[in-house]
Amino acid sequence: MTTETTTKDTAPGASVPGERVLDARGVTMRFGGLTAVRGVDLTVNSGEIVGLIGPNGAGKTTFFNCLTGLYVPTEGEVRYKGNVLPPKSFKVTAAGIARTFQNIRLFANMTVLENVLVGRHTRTKEGFWSAVLRGPGFHRAEAASRARAMELLEFVGLDSKAEHLARNLPYGEQRKLEIARALASEPGLLLLDEPTAGMNPQETRATEELVFAIRDMGIAVLVIEHDMRFIFNLCDRVAVLVQGEKLIEGDSATVQGDERVVAAYLGEPFEGAPGAAEAAEVAEAEATAAEADATASKADATAAGATTADAEAATADADADTTTDAAPGKENDR
Amino acid sequence: MTTQTTAPETPETPSAPSTGASPSGLFGIPAATGRALAAGAGVLTIVSTFLAWTWTSDFPGDLTVYGYPGGLQVLVLIGAAVTTLLALATYDVKGLGWLVPSGGDAAVKLAALATFATAWYTVISISVELGGVVNLEPGGYVVAVTSLAALVGALALPFERPEPDPIDPDSTGWEKFRHSLAHGWNTTKATFAAESPKPVGKLPSYAEILIIVAALALGLTVFTYGIGTEYDELFVGFLILAGFGFAALNKAGLIAHVAQITARHQNVTVFGAFIAAALFPFTQTDDQYATLGVYILIFATVALGLNIVVGLAGLLDLGYVAFLGVGAYAAALVSGSPNSPFHVHFPFWAAVIIGALASLVFGVLIGAPTLRLRGDYLAIVTLGFGEIFRITANNLDGTSGPDITNGSNGIASIPNLDILGFDFGAVHDVAGFSIGRFANYFFLMLIITAVVVLVFRRSGNSRIGRAWVAIREDETAALAMGINGFRVKLIAFAVGASLAGLAGTVQAHVTYTVTPEQYLFAGPIPPNSAFLLAAVVLGGMGTIAGPLIGAALLFLIPNKLQFLGDYQLFAFGVALILLMRFRPEGLIPNRRRQLEFHEEAEAPAVLGKTGA
Repeated sequence: MTTETTTKDTAPGASVPGERVLDARGVTMRFGGLTAVRGVDLTVNSGEIVGLIGPNGAGKTTFFNCLTGLYVPTEGEVRYKGNVLPPKSFKVTAAGIARTFQNIRLFANMTVLENVLVGRHTRTKEGFWSAVLRGPGFHRAEAASRARAMELLEFVGLDSKAEHLARNLPYGEQRKLEIARALASEPGLLLLDEPTAGMNPQETRATEELVFAIRDMGIAVLVIEHDMRFIFNLCDRVAVLVQGEKLIEGDSATVQGDERVVAAYLGEPFEGAPGAAEAAEVAEAEATAAEADATASKADATAAGATTADAEAATADADADTTTDAAPGKENDR
Repeated sequence: MTTQTTAPETPETPSAPSTGASPSGLFGIPAATGRALAAGAGVLTIVSTFLAWTWTSDFPGDLTVYGYPGGLQVLVLIGAAVTTLLALATYDVKGLGWLVPSGGDAAVKLAALATFATAWYTVISISVELGGVVNLEPGGYVVAVTSLAALVGALALPFERPEPDPIDPDSTGWEKFRHSLAHGWNTTKATFAAESPKPVGKLPSYAEILIIVAALALGLTVFTYGIGTEYDELFVGFLILAGFGFAALNKAGLIAHVAQITARHQNVTVFGAFIAAALFPFTQTDDQYATLGVYILIFATVALGLNIVVGLAGLLDLGYVAFLGVGAYAAALVSGSPNSPFHVHFPFWAAVIIGALASLVFGVLIGAPTLRLRGDYLAIVTLGFGEIFRITANNLDGTSGPDITNGSNGIASIPNLDILGFDFGAVHDVAGFSIGRFANYFFLMLIITAVVVLVFRRSGNSRIGRAWVAIREDETAALAMGINGFRVKLIAFAVGASLAGLAGTVQAHVTYTVTPEQYLFAGPIPPNSAFLLAAVVLGGMGTIAGPLIGAALLFLIPNKLQFLGDYQLFAFGVALILLMRFRPEGLIPNRRRQLEFHEEAEAPAVLGKTGA
């Protein structure tokens, strides 16, 4: 990992430690009759890495879209460093919040360098006339942009592939490029939407280091992830979103120890569980009926529809602590 | 696409299963014999073009003279010479190696095919037009036989046969038939496949510039020849030879080499291309073909402006010709024409500014409400606005509305331009060449084209150009990167509109008259919105050379092939469908698009400058 080399040099969007970078209050998002996000409060302080977890369909990505102006929240407000964010995603980026997408959305037919240069858009001013007339100012700004973009590519370890087409990069490097592109807008807060989805353990580990390096640049990070080991290694605080509502927020130990979280988060029907195994689990569940009942009562309160057997199966799985549920493209990204 | 003519030959090939891996020719002739046959028959074809092919000069071009090739014979001569040279180059003849940087076999095949097609086209059209093969002199038979022999010899050259896909035993007869067709098609493609060319070595820069000059001179010659062809047969022969010949040079790797060299000297190339274009009127003895030249240039310039909107920003604009119309009307209204209700005569520079500004305002007025739409909706709305412009211009005639545009009669008798005492209507003598009215306008239009090229190149490779491409690639992601999508799209729309308006101001003076019917959505005469878009797509989206070449072809082909008559649009449609099937990235592909459409092609991961 080459990330360590250039971490300290620049932190354009950096702020005083402890300052409240993001302050979302009572964010509610309704689509017709469906309430995807209900009254969520979330704060992120500078120098912090905050995790956002929850089962599929809990509203994490919708909440992200509310933060970044892709959606305008039905109720509630989002403040960035004390200022209410405008409801346009390009203005949010200009204000200092950058994001990546759950299913990678690079500009596939542009080069790696051009992708990062597009990320510089809000931090440069050269317009159409400047481009046509090409005064000295244009060349200076262009050179500065390129230098900065190359720095960022070096930071994520892609500088040797600057002239490659983004589409030709392997999956893990596309994720890195998306992070570099987001960093190019000099954000004070970076939102990562499942940055390790589809990665192998080594790549996940590398991403972990990358996120720490970004934090060390003075950029606060809010990350959605399903990989629990990744989240609990990384985050100072973790918030759990279930059915559009925030269940609990706290440090790793608090969240890990909370049995509501375990039941609710992992109580969803386990994807790909075979029918035969399910039958066996039902039998097992019946054997430990008393215990299961206790769990079920709580599970019902939070995650309606989760069956006893499912909850039990999921709890067993949680012990193994390897739940990497990556189904890219499943949640709505727009 | 070019390989289609040989498709019927493929099924006859005995496809022994063992030949899968080992390279072999299409016919059972040994490779050495084939090579010798191709070279020898090439020489004989050259000789045969000096013979008489027919007895009467009724067939245009006078092919009756011994010792002096004329018309189509010259084309066959060129084709045969190229075939022979390429065949000799595959013999590792010293001094010819530079001709075939990516292996000569595929190039020889295509060159032989070009010669064969041109020669047989000539022979067949002689027989058909004069009524029977008796009209052929011995020379005609000789060229038919030798060009066929050269083709057979060339096709016997070895190539890597593709493995046929395993046949599913459960297939029905129809599926087996389709399977064999697919394999035949793959074999045909493999026949003409070439290796990727070696990178060109570093030459001294004066040598590289000389190569660029030579390439540009060749381009000018080919273009001038094409524009000056006097009869249908010659133009068809020209198209056949130029098409296959270009493919042959491409397979030989020469095109790639020239492209690499021009990429090293971009400014020299662009500047040289304008010099070459400016030399065009000097190659003409009268104004007849300069007329075509200036119309092509107007069409091409507008297409290039559209390429900013469509090719870079990805906004499908089906009403683009309206902006040309606005510019033309604006210039016509202030030109001092008796039909203009404003009896003013502005100098040209003022008219140009007014034309471009009027188009800009019109563009912003149309863009502001419509650019909030995406994709198909935008296309439909722009199509509507294009028609609204035409109908409005029709109705502003004093009866249906205020008298501004003189209705369907249009604004006629637009006077010729007079810039600094230079009368564009008069014939001038420059260094012994007489430069007529259309040639004068050709030079003026060339300046406008240069402006458009400059704007395209510079804006495309800058912050705003990257924002356009980003919007085209993924609008949501572009917004999330801080790009004000609406603003950036509106700039693209406005820039495209004002460039078209700029061209319109010249067009008004060239055509004398501006009427609403010149600015249709679709019609037989370019420029109209459909043809403009076709020129961009056919030539290659996002490139500079693409729309210029696309526009030249789209203008010349209907103009030269009068015999197509009512089937012109039909033929055009068929050609467009074929092109989109076999080369969706256009004739001059943008590197980006080429990779986009041909995913199976090996990805040369490194992309040079932005597009072009």
